[in-house]
Amino acid sequence: MSDLVTIQPPGGKPVKELAVISGKGGTGKTSMVAAFAALAQSIVLADCDVDAADLHIVLEPRVLRSEPFIGGKRARIRPDECAACGKCKENCRFEAVLLDGPGNDFVAKTYRVDPLACEGCGVCAFICPVKAIEFGPVVNGEWFISATRFGPMVHAKLGIAAENSGKLVSTVRSNAKQIAEERGMDLVLIDGSPGIGCPVIASVTGADLVLVVTEPTPSGLHDLERVAALTRHFRIPTLVCVNKWDLNPEVCQRIEASARQMGLGLAGKVRYDPGVTEAQIRRKTVIEYQRDGCATDIRAVWANIEARLQTRTPALGNDAEALMRGEYILKVNHGERAAGVKRRLPWT
Amino acid sequence: MKLAIASGKGGTGKTTVATNLAWVAASEGRRVVYLDCDVEEPNGHLFLNPEISSSAPAVRLHPLVDEAKCTHCGLCGEICQYSAIVCIGDKVLVHPELCHACGGCALVCRPGAIAEAPRKTGKLEVGAAGPIQFVQGVLNVGEAMSAPLIRQVKTAAPEAEFVIVDSPPGTSCPVIESIKGTEFVLLVTEPTPFGLNDLKLAVEVVRALKLPLAVCINRAGLGGEETQEYCRHQGFEVLAEIPDDRRVAEAYSRGMLACEAVPEFRAQMEALLARLGEFSPDSPMTTPREARQ
Repeated sequence: MSDLVTIQPPGGKPVKELAVISGKGGTGKTSMVAAFAALAQSIVLADCDVDAADLHIVLEPRVLRSEPFIGGKRARIRPDECAACGKCKENCRFEAVLLDGPGNDFVAKTYRVDPLACEGCGVCAFICPVKAIEFGPVVNGEWFISATRFGPMVHAKLGIAAENSGKLVSTVRSNAKQIAEERGMDLVLIDGSPGIGCPVIASVTGADLVLVVTEPTPSGLHDLERVAALTRHFRIPTLVCVNKWDLNPEVCQRIEASARQMGLGLAGKVRYDPGVTEAQIRRKTVIEYQRDGCATDIRAVWANIEARLQTRTPALGNDAEALMRGEYILKVNHGERAAGVKRRLPWT
Repeated sequence: MKLAIASGKGGTGKTTVATNLAWVAASEGRRVVYLDCDVEEPNGHLFLNPEISSSAPAVRLHPLVDEAKCTHCGLCGEICQYSAIVCIGDKVLVHPELCHACGGCALVCRPGAIAEAPRKTGKLEVGAAGPIQFVQGVLNVGEAMSAPLIRQVKTAAPEAEFVIVDSPPGTSCPVIESIKGTEFVLLVTEPTPFGLNDLKLAVEVVRALKLPLAVCINRAGLGGEETQEYCRHQGFEVLAEIPDDRRVAEAYSRGMLACEAVPEFRAQMEALLARLGEFSPDSPMTTPREARQ
C-alpha cells in the first residue's frame, strides 16, 4: 500500500514491535495486552513490566527455559581485611557505606556496603588502599521463555529492590524479537510499565508503534501528555486508547482533543466493563470471557492497530547497524502508488 | 510520623489515599507535609492544587572532559559501569543521561581532565495547599533515572509531625528511594489477582528495608476474598477497606478530593488516620510488626 520500502531480514519477513504503555499505572495495559494476544494471529509476547509483572496471571505461561539475569555489579567489603580507614565511605555518593560491620584483629568496627543502596559504581573498590573490597557481578533477577495458549512469551522477574530494570527489559525484548524472527512471526507485543523512566524508555526505543492506554481522569490526561512527549522525543509513532471512557465522557473528549493536538493517532475508546475484573479472576482474557461489552470495543481498537502496523515502515532502531553492514536486503514494493516513487532512505 | 504510601501495582489509589489523608489530618489541625515522590508522573498536585512558592531546577552532576588535558589513557571508560563515558581511540564520548554521578571518572583521571558539571534533569517545587505543606519533583521527559530526584524531594521536605510520602508504583530503585527512611509503610492494593500479585511483591520490598507495614484495600468488593486471606495469613493489619464507589471514581475524574465530595469516604479516611496513629513511633501502642511475621 503506502508502504514503499520494506526491510527484510535474510530469509524472513520483518518483525514489528508494538509497545503498550500508559504513563499512569492501573489504566488497563495488561488486560488490554492479554486481550490483544487473544485476537492476534502471529505474535510473541514480551512482558516488559519487569518489576510488577502481571501478564502471566492471565496467560498462565508454561516455562520452557529460565535464565539468571546479571544486571550489574555490587561491592562487598571483606570484614577481616578492612582497615576502617573510611576512604570508601568518603567517596561513595550513594550513602551505601556504613560503619557497622563486624570487628577484626585491627579495628573494633569495619565498614559494610548496604546492598540496597549500592549502585554498583565500583568507586569504593578502586579507592580502597588495602584492596579489601570485592566488586563483581550479581544475579538480580530471572527471565523466562515460555509457551502460552496464544504463542511464545518472554517474561522476567526483577530481584526485589534490584536495579537495572532497563537492562532486563532490553533482554526480554531482544529475546522476544529473536524468537519472532526465527519462527517467522509478525509481531512482538510488549506490555510496558507505568512511568516515563528507565524501564519505559527501554520498552519503547526502536519500537514500530506505541499504544498509550489512558483513562478519562485529570491524572490520565496529565500522564498522557508526559508519556507522549517521551515517544515524540524518541520519534515513535503513537496511538492513544481511552479505557473506561464512559466514566467521564467530558474528560475523554478533552483527552481525544489533546491527543490530536499532540499529533497522536486515536486507536479508539473502550467502555468501562466489570467483565474485565471478572475475566481476570477466572484467569481469562476478556475476549475469551465475553463476546460483547468492552470486548467489542477492544476488537475495534485492535483492528485499528493492525491497520496502522501494516501501513508503517518499520523503524530502523537497533537494526540500523545491521543494515549498514548490508545484512538486510532492501526490497522496493510498488504498491498502489505510481512505480518509481521511492522514499529517501535515511542512510543514503 | 513519616508515612510512605506505596503499592506494587499502579492505579490502586496511592495518590487518592495520600492526598485525602493529608487533607483529613490537616483539617484536624495537624502539621502535615505531602511529598510527591512519583517524579515520573506526579499527580498529587492535580487534587491538592498547591500554590507553588519556589520552583528550583533539579540538577545532577555529569563529567565534562577537557580535551586539551586528556591523555586518552582510557581509565575513565574502564571505571564507568554505566557506559556514560566511553573512550574510542582519541575520542572521549559522554552520555549524560546514562551517568549515575558516582564521580569515578573524575577520581581516576590522573591529568585532571575531567570536571563534574551540573545538568538540569527536572525541577523541585515547594509550596502549600492551604494548611498542607507540599513538595514535588518533576522529572524531565527523556531522563531515565528518577531516584536522585526522589532523594532531593525528600531532602527538601520541611520538618512536620506528619509526613506523607506518595511513592511511585513498582518494586525497583525509585520505590526503594521513596520508602527508605520512613517509619511506616501503608500498602494500597485492590482485591484483584493483579493487585494481590503486586501486593506480595511490594511486601517483599518493605521487608527488605525492614520497615513495619499495614495494608489498605481499595475498591473492596471488586474481586474475591483472597487479598484479605493473604493479609490474615501473613499477620498484616488491614487498616481500611474502602468500598468500590462510583462517586469516589467520579470525584477523582473531576480532579476533586474524594473527602470533599463523598462524606462516607471522609469518614473512612478519618478512621484510617486514627488507626495509623496506633503505629506512630511516639505512640505507646506501637508493636513491632516484625515480631508477628
